[in-house]
Amino acid sequence: MTQTDHTQTDHSRADHSHTPVLTFEDVHLAFGQVKAVNGVGFHVDPDELFAIIGPNGAGKTSIFNVLSGVYRPQQGRVQLHGTDLLGLKPPAIARLGMARTFQNIELFANLTVLDNLMLGRHQHIGYGVWSALAWVGRARREELRHRRVVEDIIDFLELEQWRRMPVGLLPYGVQKRVELGRALAMDPKLLLLDEPVAGMNLEETEDMARFILDIREDLHVPIIMVEHDMGLVMDLADRILVVDFGTPITTGTPGEVQQHPDVIHAYLGGDLDTAPADAEVTA
Amino acid sequence: MSAVHDPAPPTTGAEARPRRARRVRGRTELYTSYAQEMALLNTRGKQLGVLAIIAVAAYLPLGVEDDILAVLATGLVLAIGAIGLNLLTGYAGQVSLGHAFFVGLGAYTAAVLSGDPDGRYLGFGITNPLVWIPAAGIVAAVAGFLVAPLATRLRGLYLAIVTLGLVFIGQYFFLEWRSLSGGAQVGRDAATPILFGIDLTRNGAYTDEQKLYWFFLVVLVVMALLGRNVARSKVGRAFAAVRDRDIAAGVMGVELSRYKQIAFTISSFYAGVCGSLLFCLNGHVSAEQFGLLLSVQFIAMVLIGGVATISGSIMGAMLIALLPQIAAEVPHLLPFISSSARDSPNIFELEIAMYGVLIIAFLLFEPRGLYGIWMRIRTYWKGFPFSY
Repeated sequence: MTQTDHTQTDHSRADHSHTPVLTFEDVHLAFGQVKAVNGVGFHVDPDELFAIIGPNGAGKTSIFNVLSGVYRPQQGRVQLHGTDLLGLKPPAIARLGMARTFQNIELFANLTVLDNLMLGRHQHIGYGVWSALAWVGRARREELRHRRVVEDIIDFLELEQWRRMPVGLLPYGVQKRVELGRALAMDPKLLLLDEPVAGMNLEETEDMARFILDIREDLHVPIIMVEHDMGLVMDLADRILVVDFGTPITTGTPGEVQQHPDVIHAYLGGDLDTAPADAEVTA
Repeated sequence: MSAVHDPAPPTTGAEARPRRARRVRGRTELYTSYAQEMALLNTRGKQLGVLAIIAVAAYLPLGVEDDILAVLATGLVLAIGAIGLNLLTGYAGQVSLGHAFFVGLGAYTAAVLSGDPDGRYLGFGITNPLVWIPAAGIVAAVAGFLVAPLATRLRGLYLAIVTLGLVFIGQYFFLEWRSLSGGAQVGRDAATPILFGIDLTRNGAYTDEQKLYWFFLVVLVVMALLGRNVARSKVGRAFAAVRDRDIAAGVMGVELSRYKQIAFTISSFYAGVCGSLLFCLNGHVSAEQFGLLLSVQFIAMVLIGGVATISGSIMGAMLIALLPQIAAEVPHLLPFISSSARDSPNIFELEIAMYGVLIIAFLLFEPRGLYGIWMRIRTYWKGFPFSY
């Protein structure tokens, strides 16, 4: 813990804009013979929105699972604010400030929106079993304090009308938003969004894009986003990493990536004249 | 737009206590502070309802015959155990068939502590229930704490089978340790509660059933309140997270093994308390009672009462406790069922069959249990005369 604090203070003293929030170096993750992540490396700068794209099965979600500690790669180095993440368990990584959403919604379906968001606050709520048993005093005070934080997030994501509904009963698009809220409730230092607009209609997609922009602008949280909606990715991302079959193809700004011949090859299997951005919107 | 507003934003750290919020008459669901909404009984209806239930429950011993009262008193004690199992199985999602083992540990701890030091079996002569109830809970809780690591390796059916093993180990242990339990077919005296010089198991100004019933009621209310507090706290939420999505729970910062351990420990504490009181009424414990059937009865209480509800656990326990009584009434309606154990079909067979039928029926038709039925009735009358 003190180790983390040290590195953080060191960073704040250093020129902030040049210290990456996250470094991901030469990570290899294999399941038997299948190389899910094969030598991927990238870094994320403060306030950056970094996108990872690639065809299905390219290893994007595997990268997220390495980041959040669900998978343990055979080789590589991952650092968040200078702290090594590899070998840490998911709760420990969560405590360092990594928050994520999931491709297939992983909300606690029987709990209300409020309780789901309060679970996002879990690591920040400071009381134990004994206070919980007694409730009066510390537990009640802490619950009230964190309830206020959660209500701010509910406000931010416009979830007011659903706050006391069990999330299992909510429409898909709203569930995606609740999941984003749960990640925000963790006070993240780095936010991982796994296909935030997958399966959404245009209106819901635009809403989500607005929330992502708001998160950048108001909360200054760096974001890594995996997404198939190329329109969204090209509009929002600062830089993009393209992976295919676990192997990195290129990293660059949306403009650079769109013109890169290997990217076009990975997505379309050839023809350099076709514009990938337009083709993928409908994909 | 929203019903919840916070009238007093916290100004300084010292003034953490929010201004006391006022309720608006006739608007029971209009909360004017988070504290008000998060209160245990957050509407006037709930406050009055719970008060009325406790008042009626406390009055019952004066208006009900002692044999019925004994059944109800047993139900109160079973409810404590059911709350414990519901915290583990209902809230934290860890199916346990080993509850009977922990109940047994509690029963014997209490019996040994309060037993006659000069008697045939182990005894320390500490008859104050304020000592042996917590002690029974703690012994069972320690056992639960030690068993919990199993749950970090196993889940679902596998965990159920392994915890089932506990019951058999426990039964062997109880049967063979004669100086503890009296051995097979013999048994020993149960714990004797002597509170402030009053022996609750002797008839006095009030009968033993009345005294024990009141005592059990007080213990149940305390334990239920503690259970509700756990359920609505950070701990209860973490339990539910472990149950619903364990991987996501880990990514949210919930340490799975730690919370499974907490769940097992708390649940076993409840089981121990239940066990310590369960045999006070008939005064006798025998090792055969802590078998698989008792575990199944607790599972039935949880399923019938309502998974992941405290009030449901109490309702389920009362129904299971009353089941023999209900079965005994059946011959009046269906004459071909005998009330004598020698004929077949008889009410005792019927009682066993009813556990199964009730579990199946509730799982099929009302998975939320008696609590779910209550919710339906409540919703109907809340919306009356409209259907929604």
